[in-house]
Amino acid sequence: MEHIISLFVRSIFVDNMIFAFFLGMCSYLAVSKTVKTALGLGVAVTFVLLVTVPVDYALQTYVLGPDAIVKGVDLTFLAFILFIAVIAGIVQLVEMVVERFSPSLYASLGIFLPLIAVNCAIMGASLFMQQRVTMEPTNAQFIGGFGDAIAYALGSGIGWLLAIVGLAAIREKMAYTDVPKPLQGLGITFITVGLMALAFMCFSGLNI
Amino acid sequence: MSKMFSEENKAAFCNPINLNNPIAVQVLGICSALAVTSQLKPAIVMGLSVTVITAFSNLIISLLRKTIPNRIRIIVQLVVVAALVTIVSQVLKAYVYDVSVQLSVYVGLIITNCILMGRLEAFAMQNGPWSSFLDGIGNGLGYALVLVIVGFIRELFGFGTLFGFNVIPKCLTDAGYVNNGMMVMPAMSLIIVGCVIWAHRSINKEEK
Repeated sequence: MEHIISLFVRSIFVDNMIFAFFLGMCSYLAVSKTVKTALGLGVAVTFVLLVTVPVDYALQTYVLGPDAIVKGVDLTFLAFILFIAVIAGIVQLVEMVVERFSPSLYASLGIFLPLIAVNCAIMGASLFMQQRVTMEPTNAQFIGGFGDAIAYALGSGIGWLLAIVGLAAIREKMAYTDVPKPLQGLGITFITVGLMALAFMCFSGLNI
Repeated sequence: MSKMFSEENKAAFCNPINLNNPIAVQVLGICSALAVTSQLKPAIVMGLSVTVITAFSNLIISLLRKTIPNRIRIIVQLVVVAALVTIVSQVLKAYVYDVSVQLSVYVGLIITNCILMGRLEAFAMQNGPWSSFLDGIGNGLGYALVLVIVGFIRELFGFGTLFGFNVIPKCLTDAGYVNNGMMVMPAMSLIIVGCVIWAHRSINKEEK
């Protein structure tokens, strides 16, 4: 239990998807103009992560891992194709379920839902999960069961949500400042994210 | 032969390297660009891998473009890209193992790199194989160029080395020169890319 809590908190603050690994940067920069849409995308990413990471964990343990299906066969090299297929399929499924049971949420997420399939944060979380399965059990980043996988997925999603809402709030305020012309838009956004990443670095000593 | 090097093909190859650079202008494929640039060597390997994958996925999709049903084209594109990425990842593991360990999950994340999907959708689905191939190489090299610039700055000031060789003369270190540890941190890559975009926009504005 302690390990799950520590994994959860670490993946929000220390191993933050945006500030430590730069995953999902494209949509992060494109959709962070207003807080409202940023919040919608953040919730959608968290939700998809929460579904895909445990499924990919099951695939990794029962299909791909060494000696999983046939003794002496290691299918890990197939991970890229299988994971991306799982992600694309689940995003499609989630889209249909949300449309059927909650049309209002579906309408507010709009185009972001299908676009999540090519968000690096989703694929990245699955690939990091694959890497962490092989770590030492004493390591704080180790993922050794479905509980750990869910905690990691939820923590990463919330970390991503936190980052995108924070940036959107800053950008809303920045609309009133006088930025040099060539730096406007993208350039200053990068530098802002850099400064936010510096601020998040002070969590790196966090030890639970 | 003259048709192979026509003006249009030249534009398809040259534009992405400078005027329409995938990172600085189109803002595609940022995630990996930020994460692998703490040293020059992984930056170059990553740039070359992306160039190879963009070129060949553009070529394959362009050859198949008339036979792919429109509804399932995204899945077909993802499968082609995932297969190419698997090949490149196995080649990297076989020949440059230490770099492939350094790049870790970011090789797999080339699948969700927006440059690939962007070029496939915007160029390869409408154009012939040869110009698509050139467009792929051009975009890959434009991406590699930014990676090399950022990697050069970060390695030179962060470690005082280039390709792992020490380039800071001893008299400077004796006089009190210290490497800037900040450059190695992930946050600085964001700020440097922001400055590269700033410089790129200022220069191109003067040309107009």
